[in-house]
Amino acid sequence: MTGFVSIRNLRKSYGTFEALRGINLDVAKGEVVCIIGPSGSGKSTLIRCINRLEGFSAGSEIRVDGMPVTSGRALAKVRAEVGMVFQSFNLFPHLTVRENVMLAPRRVRGTLRVDSAAQADRLLARVGIGDQAGKYPEHLSGGQQQRVAIARALAMEPQVMLFDEPTSALDPEMVGEVLDVMRDLARTGVTMIVVTHEMGFAAQVADRVIFMDAGQIVEQGPPAQVLSAPQEPRTRDFLGAVLNH
Amino acid sequence: MDIFDTFLNAEVMRRTFPLLLRGLWITLQLGAASIVAGLGLGLGLAMTRLYAPAPVRFLTRVYIDIFRSIPLLVLLIIVYYALPFVGLRLSPFASAMTALTLVSGAYTAEIFRAGIEAIPKGQFEASAALGLSGRQTMADVILPQAVRIVIPPLTNNSINVVKDTALASVVAMPDLLKQATQAQALAANPTPLIVAAAIYLAFLWPLVALVSRMERRFAARRR
Repeated sequence: MTGFVSIRNLRKSYGTFEALRGINLDVAKGEVVCIIGPSGSGKSTLIRCINRLEGFSAGSEIRVDGMPVTSGRALAKVRAEVGMVFQSFNLFPHLTVRENVMLAPRRVRGTLRVDSAAQADRLLARVGIGDQAGKYPEHLSGGQQQRVAIARALAMEPQVMLFDEPTSALDPEMVGEVLDVMRDLARTGVTMIVVTHEMGFAAQVADRVIFMDAGQIVEQGPPAQVLSAPQEPRTRDFLGAVLNH
Repeated sequence: MDIFDTFLNAEVMRRTFPLLLRGLWITLQLGAASIVAGLGLGLGLAMTRLYAPAPVRFLTRVYIDIFRSIPLLVLLIIVYYALPFVGLRLSPFASAMTALTLVSGAYTAEIFRAGIEAIPKGQFEASAALGLSGRQTMADVILPQAVRIVIPPLTNNSINVVKDTALASVVAMPDLLKQATQAQALAANPTPLIVAAAIYLAFLWPLVALVSRMERRFAARRR
């Protein structure tokens, strides 16, 4: 069986350091996968390979909806299908919130200005910041900025959403509002791959939790199993360290 | 004969002022044309310097280094007096504009490059993740931010270009300085030179002040 996102023998090295050591992973359409693990385990690198923000070694293969993730024109097509939300938001500071959301549909899809503006306002309302559309990102709180970033990614109507530690740069009181938006999104059936340290979110929302360490998938399964009854000692150590502090 | 009659002679001033104004007009035309052409050339060079295949990148670096090293006056004289030997005869205006543009382009390229390199990597990644092409990323995301950063150094460079237009007087271009020296010879009095200097100052001093103010504001915002 191959998944909607299918990863075969994914390897990546920085010099002699092997960041990813042969990852095999299939994610089904509509599935919500949370990837957890210690820092440096390769989980961010893994999802950054899916839209090829990171290159990977020859012999590795990634497909999204059957399309190989390579380079050039084919890569642009894959990227238009794969939305991404970053730890540091990466909003465009010279554009208003609405313009941030409108840019990609207008440039990549050729959507008319009126249509993309209407779509932007719809999406911004959906993530709860419809009244901030005319502001510039610097005037928004971190939580609001991250919600704009989610709306911006959704504007391309992606088949898959990648989240790279979306709440790690937020003040604690703003984590909840971003997780709420992600929870709503998961209910709509969008395929989501989420790198996160939020164990509560993983427990409630994920269909599957993957524990990574040292560039490999150590253990995976339903959240109840991986988070509550981990089989591997490394998973147990990690969860013990994360949950009991 | 007192100092005013020598350096600020009203009669000479009145007689030669129209001549100086004509020179000023040519100086401004030459300055504006060279600044605009230099911006275009500099942007193109910055792009190849950063993103072209390795050999082109190398050649661009060589170009930039050469034209930042060569004295403008030497370049101007080569363009005007040497190129005719290979059949390329340019007018004084075209020679001056060519030399100014070639040099300004080299400086502008480095300014643009610094501006582009100051944009966080996350901006490129967010653009790529959205499916924007390299060209769209540059035009819609990176350059609008980079240009804002480099407005002070670009203005500085533009001031230098306008100042350097005075060198064009050595290839017989009737710019402000040339008109002033001719008027000085004609009137046998240095007043036109003093007036010309005052005109240069009147135009460039406000720009210099503007750059200082922008730099202070940028520095304040970064804190």
